[in-house]
Amino acid sequence: MMPHLADGFTSPTFEYQLLAPMLIVFGGAIVGVLVEAFTPRGPRRTVQVALGLVTLVVAFVVLLAVTRPKLGDLAASGTVAIDGPAVFFQGTILVLALLSFLLFVERGVDSAGDAFTPSGATIPGSASERELVAARVSQTEVWPLALFSVGGMMLFVASNDLLTFFVALEVMSLPLYLLVGLARRRRLLSQEAALKYFLLGSFSSAFLLFGSAFLFGYSGSISFTGIYDSLSSGVGLDPLLLIGTGMVAIGLFFKVGAVPFHSWVPDVYQGAPTPVTAFMAAATKVAAFGAMLRIFYVALGDYDWNWRPMFWVVTILTIVVGSILAITQTDIKRMLAYSSVAQAGFILTGVTAASDSGLSSTMFYLVAYGFATIGAFALVTLVRDGTSEATHLSRWAGLGRRSPIIAAVLSLFLLSFAGIPLTSGFIGKFLVFEAAVNGGATPLVIVGAIFSAVAAFFYVRVIVLMYFSDPPDDAPSLALPGAATTLAVAVCAAGTVALGVVPGPVIDLAQEAAAFIR
Amino acid sequence: MNPIVPILFLGLLAFGFAAFSILAGSLSGPKRYSRVKLDAYECGIEPTPQPIGGGRFPVKYYLTAMLFILFDIEIVFLYPWAVAFDQLAIFGLIEMLLFILTLGVAYAYVWRRGGLEWD
Repeated sequence: MMPHLADGFTSPTFEYQLLAPMLIVFGGAIVGVLVEAFTPRGPRRTVQVALGLVTLVVAFVVLLAVTRPKLGDLAASGTVAIDGPAVFFQGTILVLALLSFLLFVERGVDSAGDAFTPSGATIPGSASERELVAARVSQTEVWPLALFSVGGMMLFVASNDLLTFFVALEVMSLPLYLLVGLARRRRLLSQEAALKYFLLGSFSSAFLLFGSAFLFGYSGSISFTGIYDSLSSGVGLDPLLLIGTGMVAIGLFFKVGAVPFHSWVPDVYQGAPTPVTAFMAAATKVAAFGAMLRIFYVALGDYDWNWRPMFWVVTILTIVVGSILAITQTDIKRMLAYSSVAQAGFILTGVTAASDSGLSSTMFYLVAYGFATIGAFALVTLVRDGTSEATHLSRWAGLGRRSPIIAAVLSLFLLSFAGIPLTSGFIGKFLVFEAAVNGGATPLVIVGAIFSAVAAFFYVRVIVLMYFSDPPDDAPSLALPGAATTLAVAVCAAGTVALGVVPGPVIDLAQEAAAFIR
Repeated sequence: MNPIVPILFLGLLAFGFAAFSILAGSLSGPKRYSRVKLDAYECGIEPTPQPIGGGRFPVKYYLTAMLFILFDIEIVFLYPWAVAFDQLAIFGLIEMLLFILTLGVAYAYVWRRGGLEWD
């Protein structure tokens, strides 16, 4: 019998100190919609940029100053868990979003303005589009949309019941579908990418939702704590639980771009405006892995003997297919996309460990990966053929001679992806492999180590191309990065080196935070 | 009896009826095909002609329909509150006001950016 209202209604409780960072981001996004409505076109972009950056900074400061000392509690009547991993991931998402926003701001590298089309609704190549370009109009809806997405990500990593989990996933994804379709150059490719991402994304959301229904059917509870309790009371191998676990996993594997649910990654990463690609590749992956860790470690924590074999298969497939397909790519954005698939495999190695060290190593890896990814995509925006980005690898030949700094910094990020010592990628790989060995997943580590070498091949190939080939006769022009891009790249490069040379503080932070509450 | 059994039985019944209808229709119905009968079915009215060369549809129908659904759903959420607003007390009132306010922001955006102008 459901509890009836006549039995008395108790108001749900809201722990505002724990929820404040998310409320600030969502509030900023809603104010952003009002700015769109009531600010004249002239100052609108400036207002949106300021609002977006200030919102993220304030949310980060509040997260550290107010939420962090109080962490370790369920909030909003148990629907949200603000524990160590939640705060760690929320902070990571805010920092990565701030770096991506710096790329969104940049107007210096494209002669016509920022990376976004002046109006998503005009026909590509039409007269009305040319008019708007000439008037230097910009699609300022990008800012509130990105803020909504960031808010959804922050909720996703903290959600502690199936409904909040699903709503957060949609709040995170819906703005991304739109952002992907707003590239200024190669608009048809961008629109195609948006449509593909939307169709496949909604399909995977349906899987996740259906799986949630099965988990609810098994346990009679939508809260992760309730699912855990009904698991530990032990009712044996229930098919509902098995199907639900698998379907929820499919939804999450899609979001992180794990094989065999990766087919959207190269197309979407290539078609999206490069700053959005950076944002998606870094922040979305952190959010999706954060949510994956929570549902599999908290709700299904005692069920790991059933989900770990599935993770084994997906991890091996992801590492192998991602690395091999990356070798065959001739477009740098697609190569980075397949590289991010392979990286998802290495991160999954940590998840598969199903232990506290698996959790903390995954957290560290995600930070390291996020910095290097945003940095690498930021550099892609700088090498240009006339107006649009020169993404074909042959155009990057001899870049080391023409622009030593861009080539050197890109080499740093690529070496970090490859896991070369003294970069953050090495420490990250070392930690997840160590956790996986201790968690009894040694075969995964062997596959991971072999394919790290395969992956190193295509990263190093780009470096060789930049330093030991002659530049083409009609070499692409190199855009001078504006202050915003320079700052973002500098922070990413500093982060990549710092996490490789003195990883101690962040490792300690991750280990300290690596405890879910139920 | 397991509560699943009636549901399974209902499912089988529905499936059987669908299969029977298709089979019976194709066996017993007259087969006189004309242009009208082979047209795409569009709620009984004449199908709208495709724009030449895959042109564009006016987006205003879509926009109006979307706005209708949004406010439709707002009303759906207001009903349960209206039934129980005395028990939900001041908390329910504040939550509903916040909900309406958030939708109002979106409404202000649509209104100010010309989403409500037909031409």
